[in-house]
Formats: sequence, structure tokens, C-alpha cells
Amino acid sequence: MAFAARCSAVMGSLATAAVLSASAICTPALAQDDTGPLRMGFVTFLSGGAAGPFGIPARNAAEMMIEAINAGEVPAPYNTPGIAGRQIEPVIIDEAGGATKQVAEFRNLVQRQNVDLVVGYISSGDCLAVPPVAEELQVLTVLFDCGTPRVFEEASYKYVFRTGAHAAMDNIAAARYLLDHMPDVKTVAGINQNYAWGQDSWADFTSVMKVLHPETEITTEQFPKIFAGQYGAEISALLVSGSDAVHSSLWGSDLEAFVLQGVARGLFDESQVVLTAGEPALPRLGRQIPDGVIVGARGPHGDLAPPSELNDWFRERFIAKYGDIPVYATYKAAQALLGVKAAYEKAAEAAGGFPTTDQVIAAFEHLEFVGPSGPVTMAIGNGHQAVQENAIGMTKYDEDLGRVTLTNITRYDQWCVNPPDGVSSVEWIKSGMPGAKCE
Amino acid sequence: MIDRTVWGLFAALLVVLGAGFIAADWAQFLLVLALAKGMVVLGLLVLMRAGLVSFGQGLWYGLGCYAAGMAGNFLGVTDAFLLLALGIAASTTVAFILGFLLSRYREIFFALLNMAFSMILFGVLVKTSVLGSTDGFNVLTPTFLGYAPSEAALGDTVFLLTAVISFVVAVLIHWYLGSTMGFIGEAIRENELRVEYLGVSARRAVHIKLMIAAALSGIGGVLTAIAVGHVDPEMTYWTTSGEFVFVAILSGTGSVAAPFMGSIIFEVLRTYAYEYSPYTWQMLMGAVMLLVIIFLPGGLWSALSRSRKGEGK
Repeated sequence: MAFAARCSAVMGSLATAAVLSASAICTPALAQDDTGPLRMGFVTFLSGGAAGPFGIPARNAAEMMIEAINAGEVPAPYNTPGIAGRQIEPVIIDEAGGATKQVAEFRNLVQRQNVDLVVGYISSGDCLAVPPVAEELQVLTVLFDCGTPRVFEEASYKYVFRTGAHAAMDNIAAARYLLDHMPDVKTVAGINQNYAWGQDSWADFTSVMKVLHPETEITTEQFPKIFAGQYGAEISALLVSGSDAVHSSLWGSDLEAFVLQGVARGLFDESQVVLTAGEPALPRLGRQIPDGVIVGARGPHGDLAPPSELNDWFRERFIAKYGDIPVYATYKAAQALLGVKAAYEKAAEAAGGFPTTDQVIAAFEHLEFVGPSGPVTMAIGNGHQAVQENAIGMTKYDEDLGRVTLTNITRYDQWCVNPPDGVSSVEWIKSGMPGAKCE
Repeated sequence: MIDRTVWGLFAALLVVLGAGFIAADWAQFLLVLALAKGMVVLGLLVLMRAGLVSFGQGLWYGLGCYAAGMAGNFLGVTDAFLLLALGIAASTTVAFILGFLLSRYREIFFALLNMAFSMILFGVLVKTSVLGSTDGFNVLTPTFLGYAPSEAALGDTVFLLTAVISFVVAVLIHWYLGSTMGFIGEAIRENELRVEYLGVSARRAVHIKLMIAAALSGIGGVLTAIAVGHVDPEMTYWTTSGEFVFVAILSGTGSVAAPFMGSIIFEVLRTYAYEYSPYTWQMLMGAVMLLVIIFLPGGLWSALSRSRKGEGK
């Protein structure tokens, strides 16, 4: 990086100068001041298969929360305007395009758009690829939704935090719930998408079942490809297996297609179906999903959130603004933004002024804060990875509300479904989940 | 054979180096990605000169990416030049083997058979949980002949390496295309039967061109993996291969410089489309493609060469 004058002279001779103004490409990052707005990159799927169930709801929640935080309208303890006094100015970009693209766009957010921090990422691949770059550029980065435990188990980062619990607890809680409600389950089958999320979910679930209930027999495991949409052959295999329970981590349009096709062929009557990430599909499925299906929301989100003033406020405001039921991605987006606010303000209080990034990081590590789905603790991954309780429920169509609700909710303590700090979740499950604190 | 094109490429190298070193870091990174992908597109250009389009360049590119990533994580190799050698070896060896089959096909059959092989690699990678399945894994920080640059100097070093390799590769391919074996490509495109009557094996020529394209893609893959620091199976997916064909058509096949120019324009266009229309960037890219096909059927390079001819009159 050098001087703008020299820069534009050279740039003028480039073919690309026709497309770009040379000054835009050469301007070094501006010195950051502490009085203007806090520029926040927000990265979420705006296109592609993950946009509908996760990306767009998360963006809506982020927009709503940023508006409310800036106005100081969030209930206590978040009722001060802005973040440590500064207004948030969001820069929203699409997460589509793969990890290579996202690494480049992350650099663009930081170096071209001069954001002060980045919140985002739904895809686990992006959550693995972005943190090393965040470290290199020394910019605070908060992952809000992606599931893979590998982020903080295979590496440790200074500038990267994840305010949502990782995916191991989805399947630990689902297996515990299945055994709580169906203690004599003998045979289990699975249908999961053939990519990292589906493979890991099934591996976690079967490992937990083998630990908690060693006589469990795996009858069949189906791995249709992602966005297959047609599950005729897989449903036949599941029906033939005659399993007591069927586990699935399908999501989005795949899940809806599977439910419609499975219900029509009686799969949901024959087996107890467990949908670990089923909650976002419920508003769209409505009456088409039968009662009594076990459903998770990747945390105590949505209908599974414990009642609180913050939760009531969040739900009411979201429904009033968008007319949609807030699904789990909206809770996780709100949780990330409130975590950021809590960390900045804790650091500001200690520093007696607007904090530096290092001060925010010190405050963020091992932070305890409250989101719309209850308390969150940045307890593992050296204080960079959140844990929280998990809850699982069963579908029940509510005639009065005119929508599917979750009932028979069982809550699992955060230390019942999460490994202790420094322990890999796969190892922890395989070794029998030592030290798990379940009531 | 130092001709005008070589001097032109050398001038372009100096301009790119000058621009890259004074540009903001994000622009320099974009330039690295564009040049690395430009090498894959250069491989496509070699094939397209022989009338062949491949929808499976992601196979060779992905092999380069994974060779670099796996050599670091499993063998502890971090030297960029060694990684490049491994990447070239991996992609060229596979191209040598598959070439016996691929070189028998032409037109759409060649394009789709290539794609089929790239999708097989994709399928295998997705099934391999040791390699992180679809999430992929992170690549170790590279060293350069014993030199381990600081974090601040790493970007500049990778950029310098990529720019110089792009130049070397462009010159080599320029010489190759000007040789008898290079011109055989155009002869195959025009009339394969005649080529055979002239005593040249068209199959063998295509086989060699395929290996050249694979080697170029392997280099591009290794450099991308080093620059990005992460590899995942999406690099072998057909949409990635499609992107290379997109850039090749955008660039045109008029010169070995065209793929690099087209690739830079493509990356710049896409990143600004991302920023200014986050909801409709795909449509914007599609519109650009349509405009190029309608008004510049020979690609962006044809606009340059046309204006140059105009000057001469």
C-alpha cells in the first residue's frame, strides 16, 4: 500500500481501470474513529437452498434487532441505545458462492468496506475457512449459526467467537429425549443428507445411542444427496427396516419433501421420527406434519425458548414486523447481536470509554449473557465457543393458534449436552460422556 | 523465440506487479485468485483451440487444491514449490490415465465425460470424512525455499509467486501454441480426418493437450489453496467447472493473455456485483455474459484485437 497519487497513475494503465475507479481500489483502510457508527458486516445466505429456512429469517432478525438496539428499545439489560453508545451500521452480504468466495468477500468487507466487526456464517465450510483470515486481519468475527464443532476443537483463535452452541448437543439431546420417551427402543434407522452436516449428525446420534442404550440396533442408514427432493427409494428402505425410530437431520425443502412423502406412505405411523433440525419447517408444513414427531431447534429456540420478557418482546416484534413465526435462525442471529452488545458494553465499562478490539475480546471470553432463548455462556473453546441448554419437543397442531406447536418439552442442562472445555465432542461421546450433569 | 507477445506479456507482468504491490490488500488477494483461476482458463483455451470444451476442469483444479492441502496436513510439506510440483504431478498423472479414454471423445461427449469424472472426485471427497467431507479443511501456511514470511509479508509473497508463475506459464503456452503440435489443435478442430492423413495421431495430440490443461489447472489449484488457506469439495463441483467455461467464453481464445484479463475482469465484476446488488448479483453476471455473447462473440479479447486492426488501416 502506498500513496494514492502514484497508485492512480499505475492503475490508469490497467485494463481494469475501465471497470473501477482507481482510487477505490487503492484507498488504504481508513483510520477508525470512536464516535461514528460501528460498521458491522452481516453475512447470511440471501440466495440458494439455505436462504429460505435460515438465511432470510436471520437477516430479518438482524435488521429488526439492529433497529431496536440503535433505538434502545430492547428490554433490559439491553435498553441503552446503540453498542456502547455507537449506532450500528450494517453491511449485509450474501453467503452463497462457496468458501473460496467467502474468504475473498471477508477481506473485502474488512479492507474495502472498513467494517469494525463481522457477524455471520451459516455454512460450516465457511466457518472453517474464515477464522484464519479473521486472525490475519485482526478483526472481531462472531459466527452465529454454523454447527461443526471442529472450528474451536481443531484450532484456537483470538478474534473469532461463536455465540451459538455447536451441533453435538443437537444429537445428544435428541437421543436422550428419544430414550426418555421411548425407553424400550430397539431398532433405529437414519436418513441424512450426504454431506458433512448429515454425516456428522448421524455419527453423533448413533454414538450417543450406543453409549446410553447399548442394545440399540442400527437397521439402515440412508444418505440421499442434498437437495434430492425425491425420497421414494429411501422411504421404502426405512419402511422395510420396520425400525422403532427414524433419525433425520434434513432441513429446508428436503425436509418438507421427506415429510410429505413419508406421511403419505405411513412411515410416520410405523416409526417414531426424530427431526433434529425440523423446527424451521413447521410453520410451512402446518397440518401436513402429524402430531407426536420429535423435533429439535438446534438449541432452546422458537417454541422451545423458555418464557421471559426478552423472548415475548422478540416474538411479538418479529411477528408484527414480518408476519412470520420466528424460527431458530432468527433466535441465533439475535443471540449473536446481543452477545456482541454485551461484550462491548462490559469492555466499555471496564475501560471507561469505547473499548479497543483487544478489550472487547477480553470481555467476550467466558462472557455470560442472556438471549431471547435464555442464558448463554462462552464456556468452551477457551472462552470463544458458547454453550447453552438444549430443549426438544413433540409436534402438536394447535387448533386455536392455527399452527404447529411443540409440546412435551424436555430441557437438558448445558453441561448435560455439551463436552467440557478442551475435550473434542466426538471423543467425549465415544468415551461415554464422562461428567455429564443431567438431572 | 522472443516475439511481440512475449514482450507484451512481460510488460503486463510489470504492470500487474506494480498494481498488485501498491493496491489495497483485498485487491491484491483478488488479483491472486484471478491469476490462479486464469491459469485454469488458459488450460481450457488450449483445449478450445482444438475445438474441445470441458465441463470438468474442476477435476484437475480440485486435484491441485487437495494435493496442496493434503501434502501439508498429512506429510508436513509446506514448501510452496514442492506443493506446486506435487499438484502438477497429481493432476497430470490422473490426466495421463484418464486421457486414454477421454481423448477418444469429441464435442459434447468430451465435455460431459470430463464433467462425469470431476463429479466422481466430488462424490469421493464428500464421502471422505477424514478430509472433512463438504466442509473441507484448512491448509497450512506455506514457506518458500526455507523462507517463512511474516503474516504481513505472506500476501505479497504469494502474489509475487502467482504473478511470476502466470507469466512463465503464459509464455510457455504461447510457444507451445506457435509450435507444430500447437497448430495441430486448430487442424483437429477444422478437420480431424485430414490430420490423420497427414500422419499425426489426433488422439495422441488431444491426450497431450489434456495433460497440459490438467497441469495448468493443477498449478491454479495449488496457488488457490495456498492463497485461500482452505480447500473443500466445491472446488471440484460442476458449478466451479462451469465458472471456468464462463470466464473462457468471456475472455475469448485470441491470445494467451486473454484468460488472465478475462479472469481479472470477472472477479472484479463479481465482487462489485456482490457489494452493490447482494440480492441479484447472479442476474447481473448472467446479463454481462449475454451481452458479451451477443456483441462480442469472440470474447472480450476480440474487442481489443479488433480495435488494434482498426488502427492499422
